[in-house]
Amino acid sequence: MHLEEFAEGNSFLHRLDPRVKILTLGPYAVVIAAAHGAAVPVAALVSSSVMAAAAGLDRKKLLNRLAAVNIFVLILWLFIPFSYPGEEMFTAGPLTLTKEGLLYVFTITMKTNAIVLATIAVLGTSEVFSLAHAFVHLKAPGKLVYLFFFFYRYISVLHEEYSRLRRAMKIRSFRPRTNMHTYKSYACLVGMLLVSSYERSHRIYNAMLCRGFSGRFPVIDHFSLKKHDIIFGVFMSIITIMFIIILNVA
Amino acid sequence: MIYIRNLSFGYSKDAKIFNGLDFSLEKGEKIGLVGPNGAGKTTLFHLIMGLLRPDSGEIRVFGRLRKSEKDFSEVRRRIGLLFQDSEDQLFCPTVEEDIAFGPLNLGMSHSEAKAVVQETCGRLGLNGLQKKVIHRLSGGEKRLVALASVVAMNPECYLLDEPTAGLDTRTTARFLRYLREYADTYIIITHNREVLKNAADRIYGLREGRMEPFSL
Repeated sequence: MHLEEFAEGNSFLHRLDPRVKILTLGPYAVVIAAAHGAAVPVAALVSSSVMAAAAGLDRKKLLNRLAAVNIFVLILWLFIPFSYPGEEMFTAGPLTLTKEGLLYVFTITMKTNAIVLATIAVLGTSEVFSLAHAFVHLKAPGKLVYLFFFFYRYISVLHEEYSRLRRAMKIRSFRPRTNMHTYKSYACLVGMLLVSSYERSHRIYNAMLCRGFSGRFPVIDHFSLKKHDIIFGVFMSIITIMFIIILNVA
Repeated sequence: MIYIRNLSFGYSKDAKIFNGLDFSLEKGEKIGLVGPNGAGKTTLFHLIMGLLRPDSGEIRVFGRLRKSEKDFSEVRRRIGLLFQDSEDQLFCPTVEEDIAFGPLNLGMSHSEAKAVVQETCGRLGLNGLQKKVIHRLSGGEKRLVALASVVAMNPECYLLDEPTAGLDTRTTARFLRYLREYADTYIIITHNREVLKNAADRIYGLREGRMEPFSL
């Protein structure tokens, strides 16, 4: 299981200080999400695409990620154009397509893709651990950071455990079907995962105690702001402010 | 170093693992510990480290009776426990981070901790792995990194829980070489006769809650 497939690389974005990334991406995403009208979402999709291109990401993997998100967007396209009140464009039986509905779902699509692209290009290009570090430096609540950090560290262990159990089932000729036996077996698998991860968490906590853990994580690397971090920060802020201006003018 | 008198412990009331166990470890002793599965070898280690508390009896470590969490925090600083499963022991994402976790908790500065990481990796032949992500290491590498994370605390005594289980002969040899060169007091749990021959001066068998001298 590979969680950091976009973090490998050596583009301008990969080398940025993660603190700057978090601080600038937050407002950028919020402004896009809260924007009304189509102008800002379209502009945002363009700027996010530029970022993704600058990050030099694997195009196929990137499109795969976007496809996953757009499955949800597709569901919106099925419902919103027909249920949003507004000017009638087309009627077929009980269904009425509205202009406002179409516009609305279009802006949602733009916004979603813009935010996801920017997140992958900006945050995805940092290692998860350096992001966790950045959150510590930004004084995010400790518990949240540790939760994030342990989630990352152990999700692959959990996935291995899951694969091991799956294999154990397979070698005894288990084939999933739509029947009670299958549901029961899957329930056992999930139950085992819960029990074993609970016990593992105990052992890990013990290991931490043995090494002098006192409720606080020491941080080994410190970040330092470099020229390109400041340039990126200014650049992102300018884009975000431009979006706000466009929104206010419109 | 470690004196245990009349120790009783059970995970449940009717199933006692120890009932009046006596045991001691002096400075400079290298003890091998064998015993059937479920005899309580790991449990004994966890009792010494204060991860489990005895039902009754005395645990004296470094000349002081240990009872409370506070008593044991000093024990944990000075005794290094290597867990059976390295996956439990290594919880930081990178090798360097994990080895530095203990030293930083002991109050070292970042540059001191980095120096310790460097030295430990050198001793164990792990140079070049410092920036590696732990979940992508091999089983043998994980075990050596787990040992490194314990070594970095510079313990006076090691408790090694099946350290060579699942390791190939080369990694086992590396492990034993480290013990020979740098560790002078330890208890090692193992089922491997070669390891017992090479690494233990005396061997005890743990059976039905009692320690008995054991010969190969």
